[in-house]
Amino acid sequence: MHIPDGYLGPATYGAMYGIMVPVWAAASWKLNRTLKARQAPYLALGAAFSFVLMLFNIPVLGGTTGHAAGTTLIAVLLGPWAATVAVSVALIIQALLFGDGGITAIGANCFNMAAAGAFTGYGIYRLLAMGSQPTGRRRLVAGGVAAYVSLNVSALLAAFQLGLQPLIAKAADGRPLYAPFPLEVAMPAMALQHLLFFGFVEAAVTVLVIRYFQKNEPEMLM
Amino acid sequence: MSTTKKLWIGIGILVLLAPLGVVIPALFGAGGAWGEWGMAEIEKIVGFVPEGMRRLSGWWKSPLPEYALPGQSTGIFGKSIGYLLAAAVGALLTAGAGYLLAKFLSRKDHKG
Repeated sequence: MHIPDGYLGPATYGAMYGIMVPVWAAASWKLNRTLKARQAPYLALGAAFSFVLMLFNIPVLGGTTGHAAGTTLIAVLLGPWAATVAVSVALIIQALLFGDGGITAIGANCFNMAAAGAFTGYGIYRLLAMGSQPTGRRRLVAGGVAAYVSLNVSALLAAFQLGLQPLIAKAADGRPLYAPFPLEVAMPAMALQHLLFFGFVEAAVTVLVIRYFQKNEPEMLM
Repeated sequence: MSTTKKLWIGIGILVLLAPLGVVIPALFGAGGAWGEWGMAEIEKIVGFVPEGMRRLSGWWKSPLPEYALPGQSTGIFGKSIGYLLAAAVGALLTAGAGYLLAKFLSRKDHKG
């Protein structure tokens, strides 16, 4: 899901940066008002966790691999703004240091995996968990469903951005200038893998860690 | 042991397990993720390299491309060790950056 350099044209990657820069600015402002200094280690943990989670490549049918992201989990524990920042940090380091994801694509990758993932996951979690006890089973179900949906939203956003390229960026001879796969190919390919498999991996990881917090630090789930 | 310490140990365990991220795909003969192919693979799949992709791809020379350490041996064992060390370096840097950012962004009052 880490879009490399060269897959998105400037119209798209520019637009995604145009969206993310204000989002990052808003997150900074929000965190300045709500994040306590003693929560800093948790944001560091969240960022590191997301980074490491994305290293576990799991093969799927078709000979490709994928990975979970951990965004929803971080959003459940620290809120969507902190999760957006934590996962963005992981993604930016992955791009800068390891070439995992393009530099031009940082805006897009952060939008898909960090921001959209965090707010979707958080929103669904809060909706499903409404009124339930922090240590109750409903929190686990809420977390699992939220994580599943959130990861799929991220995947479909990426697929959409990629699939759009042949439509909006063509060379004089009609050939695509960037990602060559049309929507009819990109969307099903990404949807299938994430709906049928990776979404469940993300859900499982999220549920397991929420369970850990329920037992050891339930205050974090308030 | 504080929760944070336990969680860091958890991250450490994940880092140690990171080589599974290369070993398991290798066992299944799987390639990279969908849509993350390099130019050579794209050419194999669609028969050509899109012009814009040729221009933009690889313009950034990352220090540890593809989580491989320079000079690591080419077998699966060498790849695993390289991946593990890259994972450790990345996790540390990410944690450090995350911590500094959070400290910088967080509330400046003394109630926190």
